[in-house]
Amino acid sequence: MSAVGHATLDHSHDDHGHHHKQTFITKYIFSTDHKMIAKQYLITGLIMGIIGILMSVLFRMQLAWPEQSFAIFNFLLGDKWAPDGVMTPEIYLALVTIHGTIMVFFVLTAGLSGTFSNLLIPLQIGARDMASGFLNMVSYWLFFISCAIMLSSLFVEAGPASAGWTIYPPLSALPQAIGGSGLGMTLWLSSMAIFIASSLLGSLNYIVTVINLRTNGMSMTRLPLTIWAFFVTAIIGVVSFPVLLSAALMLIMDRSFGTSFFLSDIFIQGEVLSHQGGSPVLFEHLFWFLGHPEVYIVILPAMGLVSEIMATNARKPIFGYRAMVASILAIAFLSTIVWGHHMFVSGMNPFLGSVFTFTTLLIAIPSAVKAFNWITTLWKGNLQLNPAMLFSIGFVSTFITGGLTGIILGDSTLDINVHDTYFVIAHFHLVMGISALYGLLAGVYHWFPKMFGRMMNKNLGYIHFWVTAIGAYGVFFPMHFIGMAGLPRRYYTNTAFPYFDDLSDVNVVITVFAIITAAVQVVFLWNFFSSIFFGKKAVQNPWNANTLEWTTPVEHIHGNWPGEIPSVYRWSYDYSKTNENGEYVIPGQDFVPQNVPLQENEEELNH
Amino acid sequence: MTVFLVIIVIALFAVTLWQMSKIFDLSKGSDIDSSQVATDKDNKTHGMFMLLFVILLYVITIYCFWNYSKFYLPEAASEHGSHVDNLMFLSIAIIMFVQIITQGLLHWFAYKYQGRKGRKALFYADNDKLEFIWTIIPVIVLAGLIIYGLFTWSDIMNINEEEDPMIVEIYAYQFAWRARYSGEDNTLGGANVRFIEGVNQLGVDESDPYGEDDVVTTELHLPVGKPVLFKFRSQDVLHSAFFPHFRAQMNVVPGMITQFGFTPTITSEEMRSSEYMVDKVANINEIRKDNSKDLMQAGEAPLDSYEFEYYLLCNKICGQAHYNMQMKIVVESEEDYKAWLEKQQTFGEAMAAQKESQLEVSTETAEVAVVEKENN
Repeated sequence: MSAVGHATLDHSHDDHGHHHKQTFITKYIFSTDHKMIAKQYLITGLIMGIIGILMSVLFRMQLAWPEQSFAIFNFLLGDKWAPDGVMTPEIYLALVTIHGTIMVFFVLTAGLSGTFSNLLIPLQIGARDMASGFLNMVSYWLFFISCAIMLSSLFVEAGPASAGWTIYPPLSALPQAIGGSGLGMTLWLSSMAIFIASSLLGSLNYIVTVINLRTNGMSMTRLPLTIWAFFVTAIIGVVSFPVLLSAALMLIMDRSFGTSFFLSDIFIQGEVLSHQGGSPVLFEHLFWFLGHPEVYIVILPAMGLVSEIMATNARKPIFGYRAMVASILAIAFLSTIVWGHHMFVSGMNPFLGSVFTFTTLLIAIPSAVKAFNWITTLWKGNLQLNPAMLFSIGFVSTFITGGLTGIILGDSTLDINVHDTYFVIAHFHLVMGISALYGLLAGVYHWFPKMFGRMMNKNLGYIHFWVTAIGAYGVFFPMHFIGMAGLPRRYYTNTAFPYFDDLSDVNVVITVFAIITAAVQVVFLWNFFSSIFFGKKAVQNPWNANTLEWTTPVEHIHGNWPGEIPSVYRWSYDYSKTNENGEYVIPGQDFVPQNVPLQENEEELNH
Repeated sequence: MTVFLVIIVIALFAVTLWQMSKIFDLSKGSDIDSSQVATDKDNKTHGMFMLLFVILLYVITIYCFWNYSKFYLPEAASEHGSHVDNLMFLSIAIIMFVQIITQGLLHWFAYKYQGRKGRKALFYADNDKLEFIWTIIPVIVLAGLIIYGLFTWSDIMNINEEEDPMIVEIYAYQFAWRARYSGEDNTLGGANVRFIEGVNQLGVDESDPYGEDDVVTTELHLPVGKPVLFKFRSQDVLHSAFFPHFRAQMNVVPGMITQFGFTPTITSEEMRSSEYMVDKVANINEIRKDNSKDLMQAGEAPLDSYEFEYYLLCNKICGQAHYNMQMKIVVESEEDYKAWLEKQQTFGEAMAAQKESQLEVSTETAEVAVVEKENN
């Protein structure tokens, strides 16, 4: 299979140089080159990330100092949503909704998986480009359109979607129930429908590319873990995103064409609606059938990136390669049969609750294996603590902290009392939000030289990491405790319950940490954008890594390798491999790139 | 105060880092390393920071447990609640044990094996035995938790009909709750939103004789020690009925009836006078007094002082006033409960009263018409 792909690509290489007079538009805008598309995804994702994080700062301020007047509220939200600088409940709900949507889909799905799948799949498997450069371009531009629609919904008169990022009907279906369920919700649904189309085109492309375009010798068991993660992520996306599309379409039908998939027996604003026979619980099932795999769509690429960065910087092979692959597959499989743990108290049959508790706690096993393997990868290494490595270690730390509380939430009995409280917020922000962001940031620091041919400033990177690491725990660790006090999420203010008055100090602490953590991201943005233009020129293989992308020239060329595509003779983790005499396989060099044939006296280990 | 401390700590930390990296740059003199790849010095510094970080993490953990664990809800006020809490504490203990060990190892290794020129990493790619061990340990621990959890779950969710629980409907709408007691017959009258009209706010079917003795109230009173089975109904959007003190929660779904049952065990009075609650309420009133001072200075009304009552709150986003959708719950002795219920109007009475007043209105208008006619 890979041989065939290789041959055709070689052919395309032959007429290299004939038709590469690129205009600004074909090079930077409607580019079909995977490296450019990766950068487009990354920068769009970063811009969406800035907006999403800014929103969280705004509503955190409201939570710490409820109904206080802030000039910045009035400035950003206007007189309608923040009269005299006091945030209204409607816009508070809109902010939490759009923050969730943007962060989960636009930053951590498209920004993370879109960027690094595009950049690394062809480069690391030894391909000239994606299987279909055109579809890849279409995928990015659909993503761009969905971003534009989502952002445009912020300017709708009745407000953007405000039913929570899970958009449960009937709240999301009835404009009478909340203002944001009018045009704002229509735009949200249109945006998501286009986003799903984009994601599917991207995913299909990734799958086909990984299966067909691997270079000579790149068997599946020689793939770097990044590629395994992207490959499996794409499969989960193809399996689950269409279900969200169907849910969104049915919701559009209910909203605009009078069907009753999710609505029944509703009396609102003095009027009985004609909808009859639908069930909101059906929507919850459909939503979470995507929604839960979605968190693995977010975290698996981060896991792949971290595995690769960790092995490279530890100068050691990743521990338990086969177990890592097996756990990715196990997580992917289990992720599609655990969605019901979001619905223990939804009114579904309690027996289903038992089943989902069982499958959910099963998923802790492969996750635990991964965590132990990462820790063992560090053991007796020669750790090069580059910023990317620090973020990778930070990833493992937050993944463990956040993952462990999943044992509480996944247990139907315990979920009764912490469901939809701040405990949940703490859990998922640490395990998928912060962890995936660390994965993204680690990836950016590590592959920046590959993307832009320049290095990022490491000292700024260190400052960025340490303040973020402390800040992230400062924000989310105390949230567990206010969650166990029974404090519900998505409350505009907690002052309606004097019982929660003693939690207000904690909320102030959390907000202060959130503001500091958000502010330090400016250091990163500065570092990122200034390094694109002024960073130190990178050498070809700055981290002494084994994977194929570092065998390409620093300056990007269409088709990736100037000559023939390299062949692969070994897996990607031959770091610090020694012969029996204790010497490195290549004397004086502690790494053996994948395109280096087996040396004399060297044994290929059977991984 | 804590806030300022936090800011100072973070700021100082950032400054330290900045300065240290500056010093390292300077100390290198002429051959400044500008490759932007970590040097041995970077490895040393950040290895050390990794160690400090995990210590900080432990400190934060201890601080939070020390100061914030008092936020954990008071002793469960329902029969099944103590099982939930026991499982919770067991899970937290296991989690914290694993957390402390794994975080310790992770950061310790990062410190211990910081890169140095000439250090040889160990080529260690696999160890089936080790991997088997750390697969099987989670399997065993999780199996235990699953079994414990599932038994508790089915105990809670499977309502024992033989105990003859008292049936109460909890009715949700934007943005308040109503309770409907099923009366002497312990059977709720049929209901549908299409019957909503006038005082019949909950859409009870007038033609259903079971509904006659139902009682609709704005507070939820429960006799202590008697099993209650709640039937939940919503008229508009999803809500979630969360009774945190009773470790009970169920979503309220329009178009379907959901249920949850529990037996309250601690009366409101007992809970109020418990040591936990006395302390908590005193603390809260202290905070409210402070806040009132600020309010009064701004020329606004001070806050009322707080007295503990159980409450039911909405825990599923339901619209703009979601944050203030609550109902008072009173758990009291059987006699007090009966006395309270006696005083409430039954559905039949309410409807009769409505008819009467409508009748009066219509006869009045008729009389007026007659008088007007005569005047003409």
